[in-house]
Amino acid sequence: MLAYKFDWSVLWRQPYGEWLLSGIWLTIQLGLLAWVIALFLGIFLGTLRSSHWPWLKFLGSLYVEVFRNVPFLVQLFFWFYAGPMLFGKELQFKINAISGLNYYVAIIGLGLYTASRVAEHVRAGFASIGQGQFQAALSTGMTHLQMYWYVIIPYALRVIVPPLTTEFLTIFKNSSVAMTIGVAETTFVSYKIDNETFHGLEATTGAMLVYLVLGFCVVKLMGIVETKVRIPGLVSR
Amino acid sequence: MFDAVQRNLPFLLAGFLMNLQLAACALAGGIFLGMLVGLGRISKRRWIYGPVTAYVNVLRNIPLILVIFWFYFVMPILVGKTLHPFVSAAISFIVFEATYFGEIFRAGYQSISRDLVAAAYSTGLTYWQTARYIMIPIAFRRMLPSMITQSIITFQDTSLAYVIGLQEMVRRTTIVDSMEVRSIELYGFVAVMFFVFCFAGSRVSRYFEEKSRKANIL
Repeated sequence: MLAYKFDWSVLWRQPYGEWLLSGIWLTIQLGLLAWVIALFLGIFLGTLRSSHWPWLKFLGSLYVEVFRNVPFLVQLFFWFYAGPMLFGKELQFKINAISGLNYYVAIIGLGLYTASRVAEHVRAGFASIGQGQFQAALSTGMTHLQMYWYVIIPYALRVIVPPLTTEFLTIFKNSSVAMTIGVAETTFVSYKIDNETFHGLEATTGAMLVYLVLGFCVVKLMGIVETKVRIPGLVSR
Repeated sequence: MFDAVQRNLPFLLAGFLMNLQLAACALAGGIFLGMLVGLGRISKRRWIYGPVTAYVNVLRNIPLILVIFWFYFVMPILVGKTLHPFVSAAISFIVFEATYFGEIFRAGYQSISRDLVAAAYSTGLTYWQTARYIMIPIAFRRMLPSMITQSIITFQDTSLAYVIGLQEMVRRTTIVDSMEVRSIELYGFVAVMFFVFCFAGSRVSRYFEEKSRKANIL
């Protein structure tokens, strides 16, 4: 074993302490903003996958299969490097000139990726609803759209809160991949501290604690949500 | 249109081979260690159950990238010299994936009902015969789909070894792209390569799931 002198002060000493705080703030931002995209798109895609029209079903499945079977790192690089090129030469330069482009790409990329996972849970939620619910909604004179919007989606969402908690945790973990396109979130900062001080061990250990605390907060928060939206008499714990 | 990919095909595919090798190491080590973790998670001895559970819960709440970095920083201190990125990455993958495989093994074990075991004993089977002919085959068939799914995830995760400079496919693609500036084709090619392997894997997983469902084993 090498003689290694631990220097834990890299976690709070200036400027590193300030870097770490801003990194944590960025991690929270990435997670929350991407979660908004993932939730809305995921619910939409999950609904597509459960619909009766084969074409819509196919579109939903195609999206989910593509986004689930390509590593998130590859997706992120594709959006960041190839994304602007997809808009043609003129727009490409304008997009590349946007300041903080990596930040926006990270949020959108993370949202698109997580949406495919949310969609799977939404579909499973739909599948768990008895046929009687669909028939009852239609028999009251609702259209298909109304049935989904007023009855099925609210019902399914309440059923799938527990698996969505897992996804919400995962989105914060996955936000660390944004470091590869230069977003200065927690993991990026711990790596940068290593570059400056050669105390990467302490920096990454500190970052691990940050993720653990963040995960703990998410579990506590979602625990409150779970008890609030629980359907009485359906889910017993 | 795909000439940039064609020109660099051997270079890129050698990187893909490295992803496969890393996944093979991660799976061999991760499944073996995961088996021990799974046993530890159902142990009645508190001094085994406690630490193993803490290990699983901590690792599952930390991003894999951070684990890769952590081992990259800690191994030189333990070993006294800088390890090759492949070795360092393989160690982090084994330690990380073992927690996920451990939970699969635990679920598989716990899915065996007491009645089934009691029924096996009542026919006169010994403990080892019950394990060999009843418990292990059934648990294995129940676990197989999730094991394959986790293997696919592990394979996708190997791309993250990029961050410590391992020359796997994504790292090689960034190198090629910095010279060719043909991002759409190059990153599209990486995506297609991963997609083909992972999609095929997910079909295999689904096949075994359907098979078990038809046999009423799930």
